[in-house]
Amino acid sequence: MTVIFYLAAAIAVIATAMVITRTNAVHALLYMIVSLLSLALIFFTLGAPFVAALEVIIYAGAIVVLFVFVIMMLNLGAEATAREQQWLQPQAWRGPAILCAILFVEFLVLLVVEPGQAGAPAAVGVKRVGAALYGPYVLGVELAAMLLLAGLVGAFHLGRRVPSDGEEGES
Amino acid sequence: MAAVPMEHGLVLAAVLFGLGLTGVLARRNIIFVLLSLEIMLNAAALAFVVAGAHWGQADGQVMFFFILAMAAAEVAVGLALVVQIYYRFNTLDVDTLSHMRG
Repeated sequence: MTVIFYLAAAIAVIATAMVITRTNAVHALLYMIVSLLSLALIFFTLGAPFVAALEVIIYAGAIVVLFVFVIMMLNLGAEATAREQQWLQPQAWRGPAILCAILFVEFLVLLVVEPGQAGAPAAVGVKRVGAALYGPYVLGVELAAMLLLAGLVGAFHLGRRVPSDGEEGES
Repeated sequence: MAAVPMEHGLVLAAVLFGLGLTGVLARRNIIFVLLSLEIMLNAAALAFVVAGAHWGQADGQVMFFFILAMAAAEVAVGLALVVQIYYRFNTLDVDTLSHMRG
């Protein structure tokens, strides 16, 4: 349990350091996914499985995909083709793959070798989190919903392609 | 939370936050700045979960939920702004963009 926490913490720090030092945005995103997965494992060892699942689904699943979409939208042209060939070289994905393999081994150890200890004994269960979310914090949940709606409308409005003529005055 | 002391989790959160802050200050590509902001938000959420697990309260995880919703809304609007900036100015460099008189 303790070893798994420290190993995952080391992977998180290494992957985050790689994120902020990469020059290629897609490589940085690969390391970002590794960092988020290791944080999910840390949440799991801390006894917060609900948060671990949310970390994987929303951060690694949704937010990183948004970044990938934007990078794909902005990198059009011949540069993209060169990058596509560079993509197949092992050095692009070797680092994230090694870190991910270590995380996967830790995950297997948690699930198979020590099945009883998956989640600390005094863990805060999903049931309590749900009861707190829809009990005293229900106003916050509604505000979060309105915030997400505002984000959706704002992103839709800002993300339009503006015609290049006649619109420069407002910029 | 029986084995790992709370201080170590908080130190990890502080290290991750410092890395994100370094990224915000050092990188000049606006996509990397947004990515570093995500790292900082994530580190703050980690601190909340560590503290919540230490005291056995659900409030830490509830706060993680709110930070997650806020980060999702922030990154959607931020990336839409990035796309718009790229269409208008054809660059993602923050130093170049600071010269726009808007």
